[in-house]
Amino acid sequence: MPVKITDIPKEEFIYEGSAACPGCPATSALRMVLKALGKDTIMVVPACCTAVIEALQPKTSFRVPLMNVAFETAAVSASGIEAGLRSQGKENITVLAWAGDGGTYDIGLQSLSGAFERRANILYICYNNEMYSNTGIQRSGATPKYAWTTTTWSGKGETKKDLVEIIKAHDPAYLATASVGYPEDIYEKTLKAKGIKGPKYIEILAPCPPGWKFPMNKTLELGRLAVETGLWPLYEYQNGRHYFTGVSRQLLTGAREFKPVEEYIKLQGRFSHIISPQINQEALQDITKRRDEYWKRMRLRIKMEEELDREG
Amino acid sequence: MNENVQILDGNTAACEGARLCRPRVIAAYPITPQTVIVEKIAKGIDAGRIKAEFICVESEHSAMAACIAAQATGVRTYTATSSHGLLLMHEMLHWASLARLPVVMANVNRAVGPGWNIWCDYTDSMAQRDTGWIQMYASSCQEILDMHIQAFRLGEDPRVMLPVMVCFDGFTLSHTSMPVNIPDDSLVDNFLPPYRPLWKLDPDNPVTHGNIIPPKNYNQVRYSQHLGMRHVPEVMGEIRRSFSELFGRDHGGMIEETHTDDADTILIGVGALGAGLKVAAEEMRKNGQKVGTVRLRVFRPFPVNDLRRVCHGKKVIIFDRAVSLGLGGVIFSEARYAMPGEDLHGVITGIGGEDVKTKDIVSVVERSAKERLENYWVGVE
Repeated sequence: MPVKITDIPKEEFIYEGSAACPGCPATSALRMVLKALGKDTIMVVPACCTAVIEALQPKTSFRVPLMNVAFETAAVSASGIEAGLRSQGKENITVLAWAGDGGTYDIGLQSLSGAFERRANILYICYNNEMYSNTGIQRSGATPKYAWTTTTWSGKGETKKDLVEIIKAHDPAYLATASVGYPEDIYEKTLKAKGIKGPKYIEILAPCPPGWKFPMNKTLELGRLAVETGLWPLYEYQNGRHYFTGVSRQLLTGAREFKPVEEYIKLQGRFSHIISPQINQEALQDITKRRDEYWKRMRLRIKMEEELDREG
Repeated sequence: MNENVQILDGNTAACEGARLCRPRVIAAYPITPQTVIVEKIAKGIDAGRIKAEFICVESEHSAMAACIAAQATGVRTYTATSSHGLLLMHEMLHWASLARLPVVMANVNRAVGPGWNIWCDYTDSMAQRDTGWIQMYASSCQEILDMHIQAFRLGEDPRVMLPVMVCFDGFTLSHTSMPVNIPDDSLVDNFLPPYRPLWKLDPDNPVTHGNIIPPKNYNQVRYSQHLGMRHVPEVMGEIRRSFSELFGRDHGGMIEETHTDDADTILIGVGALGAGLKVAAEEMRKNGQKVGTVRLRVFRPFPVNDLRRVCHGKKVIIFDRAVSLGLGGVIFSEARYAMPGEDLHGVITGIGGEDVKTKDIVSVVERSAKERLENYWVGVE
């Protein structure tokens, strides 16, 4: 049974009046995550927007214990906390590493890989706004091709890193993707991860109004369009098997058509150079082709997984 | 007193010292010449001799990050490293100190590359001078073990609350075996009270640690670290008395002195080099030369008052095994600050594992009678 909005607890773990921008996807995603994890949670935050959202010392907008950690250390810090708690027999506390895409795809990748290889019992969540937003919109390994940033002035020339595939290569106890466009899905997947022992990874697409250059009331809409166009697939991954969820499941089975990628691209100022003064058809075709190839590959992969299941 | 004397190398003595202090989490990464510590800790945990969680991390940076995070849950932590490993940790050294988490770490002193040099000098640890870590230097395998016990008590003292680095010479001590008296666990438990954290991560009392801090508050936090450092000489004095009463051994406090009362010349150094100075001084005294020595057991905080007291009015020769390039010997520069009016000579020696023999030390002392030695660099053309 999918989670309904009325199933989500009313208790809040982020106070009102945080230092987040209006329309901030990170805060709305984290609100759902903490509702799912509850009070018995310790979180670490490396350098990222959330480090600002917490508010200035001596105040804080967070109701769970939180330690700010060095940029490249989110996963290993979570793993250190987990070891510290285990040494005291406190094993009912969820340790959450909450990091942006810069801290995950780039500078924090080594420690993330190390912690997952060691099977640390942690939940690592990357809220991915596809750039270094806290420092003012620079390219990261998660920035998609063509996107403008302050270090890719005529659009990024390279495709983004397929990080989830790298995480899958570590055989995580649980992996899921989510989008700010579907808060109940974030809640449900976090709740599921909480009940699983071992290294767990969730990546949440976080469309950022100032970074992507769209109006602040469009965050959820962009979060949904990313999924509906097939550019951001939603799924869970466990024991070497993919389980597509929500709209993505319908896209996978063909029960639903992909929305054209333009619908997603044209709402974002960071792609304006491929939209105006005239539409860069080549770029849009490239994005569409890559999307289609992805889904073809995933359908083949799922067929293979089903065959493996049949063989037992 | 129960005597349990074993022949141990310095790395094993470090491992035994750490074991006796009962750290709950140990995170470490292997590097020559520290590797034996990691191996023996892993073996000790495997055999149940050491009751700790072991995180066998993928880098030294992660080793220190893991210790910091684990210590933030309110438990004692330990790690060990050397040379490039210590340099990789640099960022996290600041983090531990500013967070007032008294992690204890052994650093087996080794030169820095390129080219790859696995032998001893003190460049690695002395380059971490300003990270807010207390730095201690041991001069024998017994002192390595004892210094671990002292380091935990010093760093965790509520007046101090700072991380502590126990440094000792790569190979010269790490791989040299000597008789070491291993004290009873209960004796160490009497000396070292349980760790009482200044703050910790606890869902029943949620705090946010390390969020954005305005300049005025940051300034205050920095000053409180400095105050913690300034309490070290006082606490070290207490530790020295209490340690020698309980364990029947005395390696000194902030410094160890020999013959300073009647000496007209004082030789200063740290670590195994400091021990070598003692041997040379004894030789020279046989010839009637009034030579004494000061071995700095604590380099940070710098033992300014002890040096002023001991060296006043005497000729002082400082033997440095680390150089601040463009200025000179590290201890020499600091001694200049501590004793501006004294007759100071500075020698740079033992770099990259160059052996410093008794005759080398004697020849430096002879040379200092003929000329003022100002960053006199031994063995170079």
